[in-house]
Amino acid sequence: MLDADFIRSRILEALPGSEVEVRDTTGTGDHFEARVVSPDFAGKMMVQQHKLVYAPLQTWLQTGELHALALKTYSPEQWKKLGNR
Amino acid sequence: MTPELKARFDQITQSHPIVLFMKGNALFPQCGFSARALSLLQPHGEVFTVDVLADPEVRQGIKDYTNWPTIPQIFIRGQFIGGSDILGELAERGELADLVAGKSPA
Repeated sequence: MLDADFIRSRILEALPGSEVEVRDTTGTGDHFEARVVSPDFAGKMMVQQHKLVYAPLQTWLQTGELHALALKTYSPEQWKKLGNR
Repeated sequence: MTPELKARFDQITQSHPIVLFMKGNALFPQCGFSARALSLLQPHGEVFTVDVLADPEVRQGIKDYTNWPTIPQIFIRGQFIGGSDILGELAERGELADLVAGKSPA
C-alpha cells in the first residue's frame, strides 16, 4: 500500500521545481490522481508530459502496487492560462 | 517488433487523419475506455479503427510501437496522442479540434 506523500516525493525527485498534488482516490492506497505543474513540460505533447511523470513510478506500476494514476499535467504557462477560468 | 509490423503501423497511422487502436470496432466497442475514446473522436471527423482483439501481434505490438502500456491508443495526423485519459483532457481543454486541424497546441 502506497500513500500520496510517497507518490508525490517520487514525482518531485524526477521533476524538481514542479508543483505536485496527489490524492488517494479510493482510500485503498493503489488508486491515485495527481496534478503536476512543471517547467519541464513546456512545449511538450501531453503524452510526453505523462511519460515524464510515470517514469519514476515504473517499479510500482509494474508490480501493480500502484494500480492507477490519473494525471493532469500542465506547463506553468498552461496552468496560468487555466487559472483564470 | 518485426520491421514488417513497424512498417504496418507507420502505414496505418500515416494514411488516416484520425486512427484509433481499440478493443472491438466502431459498431461494437468491447471496452468502456475504447467506447469513450471513439465518442470523443467522432465529432472531429472520420475515425479509422483497428481492433486489437483481432490480432495478438497488433495488440502487443502497438504498445511497443508507442512505448505506452494501455489500449485504446489514439493517433492524429500520424502523431501518437495517448490514451483515453489524455484524449478526454484534450477535449476538455478544447485542444482536440486544433490537433485534428494541424494546429500545434499552445
